[in-house]
Amino acid sequence: MFELTADEWEALRLSLKVAFWAMAASLPPGIAVAFLLARGRFWGKLLLDGLVHLPLVLPPVVTGYLLLLVFGRRAPVGSFLADTFGLVFAFRWTGAVLAAAVMGFPLLVRAIRLSIEAIDTRLEEAAGTLGAPPWAVFATITLPLMLPGIIAGMILAFARSLGEFGATITFVSAIPGETETLPTAIYLLLQNPGGDLGALRLTLIAIAVSVAALIGSELLARALARRLGGA
Amino acid sequence: MTLEVAIRHRLGDFTLDAAFTSAGRVTALFGRSGAGKTSLVNIIGGLVRPDAGRIVVDGETLVDTSRGIFTPKHRRRLGYIFQDARLFPHLSVRGNLLYGQWFNARGDKAPKLDGIVALLGLEALLARRPSALSGGEKQRVAIGRALLANPRLLLMDEPLAALDDARKAEILPYLERLRDEARVPIVYVSHSVAEVARLASIIVALEHGTVSAIGPVGEVMGRLDFLPVAGPAEAGAVLDAVVAGHDDALGITRLETAAGLLSVARLDLPAGARLRARIRARDVMIATQALTGVSALNLLPGRIVEVAEQGRGVFELAVEVRGQRILALVTRKSVQDLGLAPGREVTAVIKSVALDGMGAVAGR
Repeated sequence: MFELTADEWEALRLSLKVAFWAMAASLPPGIAVAFLLARGRFWGKLLLDGLVHLPLVLPPVVTGYLLLLVFGRRAPVGSFLADTFGLVFAFRWTGAVLAAAVMGFPLLVRAIRLSIEAIDTRLEEAAGTLGAPPWAVFATITLPLMLPGIIAGMILAFARSLGEFGATITFVSAIPGETETLPTAIYLLLQNPGGDLGALRLTLIAIAVSVAALIGSELLARALARRLGGA
Repeated sequence: MTLEVAIRHRLGDFTLDAAFTSAGRVTALFGRSGAGKTSLVNIIGGLVRPDAGRIVVDGETLVDTSRGIFTPKHRRRLGYIFQDARLFPHLSVRGNLLYGQWFNARGDKAPKLDGIVALLGLEALLARRPSALSGGEKQRVAIGRALLANPRLLLMDEPLAALDDARKAEILPYLERLRDEARVPIVYVSHSVAEVARLASIIVALEHGTVSAIGPVGEVMGRLDFLPVAGPAEAGAVLDAVVAGHDDALGITRLETAAGLLSVARLDLPAGARLRARIRARDVMIATQALTGVSALNLLPGRIVEVAEQGRGVFELAVEVRGQRILALVTRKSVQDLGLAPGREVTAVIKSVALDGMGAVAGR
């Protein structure tokens, strides 16, 4: 009974792929936005803060529908990206990545922002007096000290992406092998008579993957804390 | 090396308006907390941009607001040692020490890791993390880190203030070696008379954001108007002293100073060792007649040159002994009863001598 069918394997593989790319693609803008929010002083900061956190409070279906309105085939941004870069989101796995990234973004930014706010800026000052120009201070002091937050944020974003359902199914539907991730597969299996066993198998896998991610992040966090001497 | 500072800077209600020039090996920025010492050193170091003014180090203009010049801190080549060591927690001691070398040209004359490690006694610490160091060790690493960035001037903002007395005693000899061996001039911020008397060559006294006195340590410490700045407990004349010899039978060491020979309790120092003798004003009595049968070892004949009222019935006076000024605190009653006035021949009776700078050996 623990034997996975080809479709179930496909759903697991796709889920991991989507979650990985959602995490990786949102990391650079996530660091930039977190930095802006933690250190920046500019007009519209509150607005940016609200915008970033919106997916956290909006019903996922609404987020998915908004994505469809903006990034759909005939939508303004969607058609522009498709015509100019050949980048199509609607009903493709890339769309699932976009939906998952948008949903995970607030968690990623939040974790990184907290770690930036915890950094003693006087250390950066000290690095400056030792001759380090600002970019080098960022690369050698700020970024390493942000690392625990970056890793925590990546794990959170990854886990959130694995579980993404509402926005994904609204934006890119559930096409087997293209956009049918674990949660959508479980949902669809439950709609079919006799799909219970498959749903149970996928559920166990979802639990295993989530627990592994949690333990992995905990171990990493501990190793980092040791490196920083518990500071 | 010359340092030229003339700046004006507002911080809330407080205005820093300070100007001085120093070519000293160790320039002490001395003053009470709140006098503006740290703000001034932050401005020199480039951490704070002054409202107006100029800063010139070794002929290079780092700041001149009238010409729109402002050199950012990473291009000033000024080493900064903070009160809290500010070591990088994610790097080992070795990583911290070598940090500045990534960004600074390494000429033949630049300090080398081995030399600095030996100078500061860091051999056993290199592989450790900053979190595993004591406060004194952290500060030594911070000093080494600043030196290895090859600065033309070291700024030290009360580097001992966060340490207890035992740790201070541990660091001070290293600071002296730094002064005598590393050949990097130092700007040393402190509110401790003992530290300044021990380390500094030039004092720049700050009061309420302005420079109230400037000059060689011995000269400034001998000024009556400096006494309230230094505080009545610690203020007093500072004399350069050399160990002249020991009398083991009596348990005495004789020190040669410009004011004459001083006898102190036996010191564990070789003849020729240099140190600074500080004669606190509160430890000096004034006698108008020749004294016999006194326990004080040091009786210095001289002439009163200055008398000033400090307030609350306390007078301060300066006695010139062979051209050196010894300060004393006396009561108004004594001034009246003994007729203490400029020109009067008196004997300064020195109850005790505070010795600063033990361990700095001449000729090293």
